[in-house]
Amino acid sequence: MRAAIVVFPGSNRDADVARALTQAGAEVVKVWHADTEMPAGTDLAVLPGGFSYGDYLRCGAIAGRAAAMDAVRAHAARGGLVLGICNGFQILCESGLLPGVLMRNVDRRFICHRQLLRVERADTRFTTAYAKDQVIDVCVAHGEGNYFADADTIARLEGEGRVAFRYCDASGALTVDANRNGSLNSIAGIYSDKLNVLGLMPHPENFVEDLVGGTDGRGLFASLAA
Amino acid sequence: MKARIIVTLKTGVLDPQGKAIEAALTSFGLSGVDGVRQGKVFDVEIAGDDRAAAEETLKAACEKLLANTVVENYAIEIA
Repeated sequence: MRAAIVVFPGSNRDADVARALTQAGAEVVKVWHADTEMPAGTDLAVLPGGFSYGDYLRCGAIAGRAAAMDAVRAHAARGGLVLGICNGFQILCESGLLPGVLMRNVDRRFICHRQLLRVERADTRFTTAYAKDQVIDVCVAHGEGNYFADADTIARLEGEGRVAFRYCDASGALTVDANRNGSLNSIAGIYSDKLNVLGLMPHPENFVEDLVGGTDGRGLFASLAA
Repeated sequence: MKARIIVTLKTGVLDPQGKAIEAALTSFGLSGVDGVRQGKVFDVEIAGDDRAAAEETLKAACEKLLANTVVENYAIEIA
């Protein structure tokens, strides 16, 4: 598994996701936002968390139109894997690789806490190390994570099994309290129609060491590197 | 030429910032405010004096970057 992490001005979680991927056995290279091609042999393009371009205009709006994103779009069109975490998810939505938009959190607060997620399916390239309906303990850190799309888009995502993760409680139930940012249908992450692009707001790369509180995030990177 | 682009949230899209501003206005005793929706204004300088071409350029700017048409509408005013 060769992973290329795209670094934008204002990305700040590139080192964390690089560490998680390396731990899982992937080879990691970094790509600058102005680069126009993915390195040869790239299996996975990663858009890390952070505040690309200072979140100017809208979160992910300017990064979504950066030169490197043309290369990421071409990579995705060839069937290559793409993972966007937090700001990376916002960039995927702004770039048109995923539908919908991440709006301001419903209570207007930046949220930063541990977060339980329900794994909606365990048969994609991102989730084979998990079980369907498994509840995993990771964390969130964002001000704009409130997933929104029109009713037709939501119905299509649900109908095609493209919801990857949902905010849940310890029993896996989708409660209002567990869905702190107000996302429609408690959506924490979604796939593209061919299931090769995943965007999610939570940070699995934070939870890959017992030292910092847990290892439930490892499954995502282990699935990719398998 | 001077142009102004106004970007607003579509009807029905939740606007937490607008709600907070509305609550703040109400909190210091201003009465009669029934709702606030927050948007954005872009003042753009356009070279030349071809209004039709300017309209096209500004429309492309809105569609490609300035508005996220999933949740936002835009209006273009050319002075």
